[in-house]
Amino acid sequence: MIGIQHYIIVSAILFVLGVLGIFLNRKNVIVILMAIELILLAVNINLVAFSAFLGDLTGQIFAMFVLTVAAGEAAIGLAILVIFFRDRGTIAVDDVNRMKG
Amino acid sequence: MIQAIAFYLFATMVIASGVLTIMSRNPVHSVLWLILAFFNAAGLMVLLGAEFIAMLLVVVYVGAVAVLFLFVVMMLDVDMAELRAGFIKNFPLGIAIALILLAELVLGIGALQAGALELGTATGENAPNLAVSNITNIGALLYSKYIFVFEAAGLILLVAMIGAIVLTHRDLKTTRGHQNITKQVRRNPKEATQMKQPTVGEGVEL
Repeated sequence: MIGIQHYIIVSAILFVLGVLGIFLNRKNVIVILMAIELILLAVNINLVAFSAFLGDLTGQIFAMFVLTVAAGEAAIGLAILVIFFRDRGTIAVDDVNRMKG
Repeated sequence: MIQAIAFYLFATMVIASGVLTIMSRNPVHSVLWLILAFFNAAGLMVLLGAEFIAMLLVVVYVGAVAVLFLFVVMMLDVDMAELRAGFIKNFPLGIAIALILLAELVLGIGALQAGALELGTATGENAPNLAVSNITNIGALLYSKYIFVFEAAGLILLVAMIGAIVLTHRDLKTTRGHQNITKQVRRNPKEATQMKQPTVGEGVEL
C-alpha cells in the first residue's frame, strides 16, 4: 500500500502548480480560472486521501461539496467573463479597474 | 506492486498535465491538459478506494466544467499573444513564491514522516461499512447526517444557475418584434374602438 505521504506530496505539488499558474498568467482570466480548478482538485485529493487512510467517510462527503462549489464558481466566473468580453472586447485583467473609486 | 506502478503513473501524469495546463501557449490546449489532469486524479481516487468521488470527478469536471471552459475559450475571440505578454516577466517571482510554498508544505510532510506530528484519529463515527460498496456508504451518510449541508449544496447550484443565466441573458429586440404583454392585456374595447355616425356623403373623420 502506498503511504499517505505520497498522496499529500502529489496534492501539494498540484496546489503549488495552481498558485504558480495564477502568477504566470496574470493577464489571462481563463487560465487563472483553470489554475483555481487545479487548486480545488489538489484540495479534493487531500480530502479523499485522508478520508481513505483514517477510515472516515467525512472527507469524501466534503470532497463532493468542494466539487459543487467549484462547478458553481466556474459557471459564474465564465458568465462574468462573457459579459466582460461583450462590454470591452478583451479579457485582460489589467484593464479591470472600472470600479476603482 | 501493480498498485505502486499505477500510483506513480497517475501521479506523474497529473503533475505533468498540471504543468502543461498553466504553461500552454494556447488556452484550448490548456483546457485539454486540464481534462487529462482530472482523469488522472480520478485514477488516484480509485486507487484510494473512493470510486464514487472518482466517477463524480469524471462526470462533473470532464463532462461539464471542462466543456464549459472549452465553449468559452472558443467563443471569445481574444488575442492570446497579447495576454501572454507578462509571462516571462512574472516567471522568476512566480517560481520563487511557488518554491517557497512547496518547501513549506514538504517541510510539514517531512515533520509528519519524522514522527514530530501525528495524524488525528477518526472517531469511528463515520467509518465505512466495508461489507457494502463505497456509494452505499456515502449515500447512507449523505442523506442522514449531512442532509442539510446537501440541501445547501443544491441551493448553491440553483443560485449559480440563475446567476449565470441572468448575467449572460440579453433581450434580442432586433429579431423578434417586441411584444408588450402588459399593453396587450390592458387594451379594452372602450379605448380601442369608437362609435361614429357619419352623415351620408361626408365620410368619417378619425
